[in-house]
Amino acid sequence: MPKKANVKLKKIKAKIKEHINEAVPQSNINYCLTCGLCVSGCPASGLEGLDPRKFLRLIVLGQDEEILGTDWIYSCTMCARCKYACPMGIDIGRIVYELRGMRPKDKRPPNLQRSCDLQKKSNSTGIPNEDFVWVVGDVLEEVHQNEPDWADLKAPIDKKGAKYYLNQNAKEPTVEPEEMVPLWKILHAAGIDWTYSSKWWDGANYCLFTGDPQDWEYTVRKQAETVDSLGCRYYINTE
Amino acid sequence: MFFATLEGLRRFNIPHKFEFVSIITLYAKWIRNGRLQVTPEWNREGLRFAVQDPCKLVRQGLGDEVAEDLRYVVKQVVGEENFVETWPNRSNNFCCGGGGGAIQAGFTENRMKYGKEKFDQFDRVKPDVVITPCHNCHTQIMQLCDHYGGRWKTTHLWNWLVKALVR
Repeated sequence: MPKKANVKLKKIKAKIKEHINEAVPQSNINYCLTCGLCVSGCPASGLEGLDPRKFLRLIVLGQDEEILGTDWIYSCTMCARCKYACPMGIDIGRIVYELRGMRPKDKRPPNLQRSCDLQKKSNSTGIPNEDFVWVVGDVLEEVHQNEPDWADLKAPIDKKGAKYYLNQNAKEPTVEPEEMVPLWKILHAAGIDWTYSSKWWDGANYCLFTGDPQDWEYTVRKQAETVDSLGCRYYINTE
Repeated sequence: MFFATLEGLRRFNIPHKFEFVSIITLYAKWIRNGRLQVTPEWNREGLRFAVQDPCKLVRQGLGDEVAEDLRYVVKQVVGEENFVETWPNRSNNFCCGGGGGAIQAGFTENRMKYGKEKFDQFDRVKPDVVITPCHNCHTQIMQLCDHYGGRWKTTHLWNWLVKALVR
């Protein structure tokens, strides 16, 4: 019988893993079989020297400093294809979300944080609500003037009791307002009773991506209150 | 972006009286029940169309059902024979690489590498047009086409639906 080896190993301290197990128990981090199916299905594999499996190993093995420092969390798009492939249902995107939120705001990619900060005021490109209302009116007037077939086209705003509420990605009114017109025409052709709102009208929702649940909750709550105050039965998301 | 509102309402238990729906689901419903009448007749040259399945709408949102609705609408609008499928697709499709705030986050080189998979998917079937029912996918796939020398035009769905309208 060989003598029992007297190896002294320090117990791994994996604080991030503990935190994630507590904050996101449904992420199932302990169930990982290290099979690598997540890696083969992930286009972010290899970027920043990481892939979903390595990322998870670093967390499990307590490499907290490396985990907190890696920008891989911004190359992962939280697309959830790894979760879709994983035999154990591990939700790596959800863990990435948690880690994005753990970064101090001033250490996050500035443009991403800015999009959320602007969204919290009204919309992700930061145009004033009055400009949105003006652009919609202006583009509509142009259609009325130039396209006789669409002289009765409508683009209602704040129409109480409309059956459908429509949001609009802020990119359109800000940089390509003519892209709103096809959608109005389709709704018109279908005879739909719809409305925009003059506030919280942006459907981009960037606060999901910065990782702060309170910011995300705030913007969705504002949207929900707006749609309910208009009394619309359906909230149509345009993307 | 579909998932942000869908999941936000769920996760934070936000009270609401409305039903949250996708425009793609409605297009399909309105074409099926005759409320919207469309014809592919405008597509005489036989432009070939492919679609992107936005992760936040399909895999994380309404699943294969909305992916089917998207294909149904596109086929009605451009002609069934002019639709080309990419692989993998629907809930198992690849993310374009522009999701999750990646376009704003600024790691452009990584974003282009990430998107090579998506570029190859489309490049294999050589579409004339790629339809992207999501703004992030739209920006990313347009940039990928430019970056890797693709030949398709990247557009929203509404531009073609409006062309196919019968009034």
